[in-house]
Amino acid sequence: MTDARELWQEQFEAATPRPIPFETMSGVPVDPVYGDGPFPGQYPFTRGLHPAGYRSRLWTMRMFAGFGTAEDTNARFRELLRHGGTGLSTAFDMPTLMGYDSDSEWALGEVGRAGVAVDTLADMEDLYAGIDLSAVSTSMTINGPAAILLAMYVAVAEKNGVSRSDLAGTIQNDILKEYQAQKEYIFPPRPSMRIITDMIRFTSAEMPRWHPVSISGYHIREAGSTAAQELAFTLANGFAYVEAALAQGQDVNQFGRRLSFFFNSHSDFFEEIGKFRAARRIWARWMKERYGATDERAMMCRFHTQTAGVSLTAQQPENNIARVALQAMAAALGGTQSLHTDSYDEALALPTEKAARIALRTQQIIAHESGVDLVADPLGGAPYVEWMTDEMERQAELVFAHLDQLGNGSLLEGVYAGIENGYFVGEIADAAYRLERHINAGDRIIVGVNAYTEGSEDDEAHLLRIESETEDYQRKRLESIRHDRDNDLVTRRLAAVTAAAEDPTVNLMPPIIDAVRAYASEEEIVNAMKAVFGVYVEKAIV
Amino acid sequence: MADTFNETRPIRVVLAKLGLDGHDRGIKIVARILRDAGMEVIYLGLRQTTASIVAAAEEEDADAVGLSMHNAGHLALAPKMLAALRDADLDVPLIIGGIIPDVDIPVLTDAGVAAILGPGAPAEQVVATVRNAVAR
Repeated sequence: MTDARELWQEQFEAATPRPIPFETMSGVPVDPVYGDGPFPGQYPFTRGLHPAGYRSRLWTMRMFAGFGTAEDTNARFRELLRHGGTGLSTAFDMPTLMGYDSDSEWALGEVGRAGVAVDTLADMEDLYAGIDLSAVSTSMTINGPAAILLAMYVAVAEKNGVSRSDLAGTIQNDILKEYQAQKEYIFPPRPSMRIITDMIRFTSAEMPRWHPVSISGYHIREAGSTAAQELAFTLANGFAYVEAALAQGQDVNQFGRRLSFFFNSHSDFFEEIGKFRAARRIWARWMKERYGATDERAMMCRFHTQTAGVSLTAQQPENNIARVALQAMAAALGGTQSLHTDSYDEALALPTEKAARIALRTQQIIAHESGVDLVADPLGGAPYVEWMTDEMERQAELVFAHLDQLGNGSLLEGVYAGIENGYFVGEIADAAYRLERHINAGDRIIVGVNAYTEGSEDDEAHLLRIESETEDYQRKRLESIRHDRDNDLVTRRLAAVTAAAEDPTVNLMPPIIDAVRAYASEEEIVNAMKAVFGVYVEKAIV
Repeated sequence: MADTFNETRPIRVVLAKLGLDGHDRGIKIVARILRDAGMEVIYLGLRQTTASIVAAAEEEDADAVGLSMHNAGHLALAPKMLAALRDADLDVPLIIGGIIPDVDIPVLTDAGVAAILGPGAPAEQVVATVRNAVAR
């Protein structure tokens, strides 16, 4: 027996197994891992982060939900918890994501449509009403104004008697990919990085169970990148955050443990599995070798996965259930820590409750019926899977070398340069167009779209409609809050936010928490920072 | 009328994202498809207003305006865009692309939207839709 195997055996035995028989459906007992080391839980973690794989703990089934008013979303949250969901994930509407209140001119037609509308702390109180925030883990998908939403979450929890140190969850807060792909930025890159490093410092000190950044490839992929570009751009952004935090004098072993990732799981099964395995290996190597991490926990690439929304077809939408199942399976075989499965009707409109339930059931079927949970990294050692893992890593390293050169030895500067010179958006648009041409030429088949189209005429999906009353409701509510609150206090607290923005040695989080407690609105706080930071405007490049 | 365009100059299309929606994968692909089909494409980019789109359509002497909408805001935003074009006395067809539920298509076309392109529309359909809208 090798040392690696002995060490793994020890670690494996320390984990508490779930109370299920570790045997196949037919009663064949199976080992927790097969093949060679390094084993799961061992550097560089290609085979997974945990020695016991999913035997001790399944992935978190985290379903993204948010629409209409905070009360509507709160009802959906309770529904998901009742059906066995184990984490809450919040989608905000566009005005909230962009830092505008519901009564802004920019908000017309968008309030509560693609997510929940949050203007002030009062909306956040409704959003999490009746949910014990010390007992759930919450994920908030927001970037530009993330500091404000995190401040609101802390304020709501503390109002309900839950200490900030007991809060578990993740806020996406990955601004770099906004300039590259999702385009929900507010401030220019450098001040945005200052806000994020302040949040990393604040959560490291006061919220030990919180992940202050979820470095996201999901949107890069949705915008059209290849799998290797998703991997490379995401990890490069991760290196940029690490360099920014190091430049602030933070300890890589401390903040490194709190970084997490978010990947897409698309339809090419083996490419996706190779990508996930390569992500863990690359991150571990770079954190150790380039950034000097010594604590293994600071080398671990923990990630959430979502199936590929862009792969869902409007034609024959029920076929999407099969696509989502395959993509979810790839994520499980790739060793994800948590998973969102898309609803089959998302190419048509926002998901209905039934479609969201089928999506959750799909994960449950994979977890409890397929046997993927019995053996860690079950595909490890397969020649194609190992080759694909190496190939993903090779392609990613080429991108890192390019960015390193652009930044004269700094990935942070390389990423800034790549944003400024259009490298990222150009690469993504080229890849998207290339795929589109293949689909259009018919040499890449998309079932129900460019082949096997018989039966499309039967399509009849039940669609979720968001009524425009949401907009009126939200505007009236905001108006009454503005009337009832202590406006002198709000003015003073907003001035304190501006003052903090002017002084890079001050952490922005405490004054933002004070401002939300006074019921300052999101847009008011954003404006208090815009006064110092300015705004980012993208050059339109096709 | 379409023939005159073909003889004198290519069809000129202004494309834009109206409002906050940042999903620009589709509209960038459409821009390239139209360009490859010989049209002149002016892509204004993200976060445009009805006023900025009207101004560009006037300045560029556009034959069509194309908007991309993925955030379910189309029922509010499309009529606003149509009104802005009318107020400016601009008689150019408005084409909407993106995620538009079937039930909303007649609502939008009755309001005056010239055509709607759904997700995954093939290149020929995209090009033909613009040509037809301009010819009408």
